[in-house]
Amino acid sequence: MDKQIKVLIVDDFATMRKVVRNLLKQIGYENIVEGEDGVNALKILKSQKIDLIISDWNMPNMTGLELLKAVRADETLKATPFLMVTAEALQDNVIAAVKAGVSNYIVKPFTAEVLNEKIKKILEKL
Amino acid sequence: MDVRFINPFLEGTISVLKTMAMMEPRAGKPYLKEGKLAKGDVSAIIGLTGSARGSLALSFSEECILKIISNMLGENHREINGEVRDAVGEITNMISGVARKKLEAEGFSIAAAIPTVVSGKDHSFIHVLGGPSIIIPFETDNGPFFVDVCLKDTRKEKN
Repeated sequence: MDKQIKVLIVDDFATMRKVVRNLLKQIGYENIVEGEDGVNALKILKSQKIDLIISDWNMPNMTGLELLKAVRADETLKATPFLMVTAEALQDNVIAAVKAGVSNYIVKPFTAEVLNEKIKKILEKL
Repeated sequence: MDVRFINPFLEGTISVLKTMAMMEPRAGKPYLKEGKLAKGDVSAIIGLTGSARGSLALSFSEECILKIISNMLGENHREINGEVRDAVGEITNMISGVARKKLEAEGFSIAAAIPTVVSGKDHSFIHVLGGPSIIIPFETDNGPFFVDVCLKDTRKEKN
């Protein structure tokens, strides 16, 4: 598997971005950029090629779900794999994310092994 | 407060700290808390709405939270700074998520707000419902922390 892919972590909590970054490093992903919310993430997505988006659900300004919808509605971005990170594994939320075209979702808290499995599954489908 | 609300938060707390910080906290006997004073040096409170309404707070002793954050981030932290406060909010958010998922299995549908963090000796916070709340005390090898829940089943209000 290509561990050189560029991963965008989107989370309004800087500490959580650091946690996800550390977990990604543990499983061999070093090419990482960070966005502090959905609005900032869209700017990054427009300015550089991103191979995988790992986004939190619950964020101010633009939620993870709104970011997902914006990505899927954009002709140049719509094929970008999108892993939703959420503390909200509630059924309605999962259904909304699937309908919006999420590639997979991961529920906090999670280990590096679980994250690795989710990313593997997403990349295998490409 | 309904005792059914205790276990989801207790189990959620253990699950989050085990997974994110490789720690195994030991739960003590829950008791009723009166007043606003926090038990720890840094606390986060998160509002909950839906078929149960109220709030969840976590309050950590300094030594305990510094160990948790150091384990979570893989780097040493020696004081309660912005990054530590940020992490306390996120830990509370995660525990609320795990507990809400467990409560969903019991027929509840609960949404959470964004957590607010308070720190300093003898700080206080007020629960959404005003109180009283249930405290679940936890011990770790690096000092205590407290889960403080004040929730009401709103489905009963409608009947």
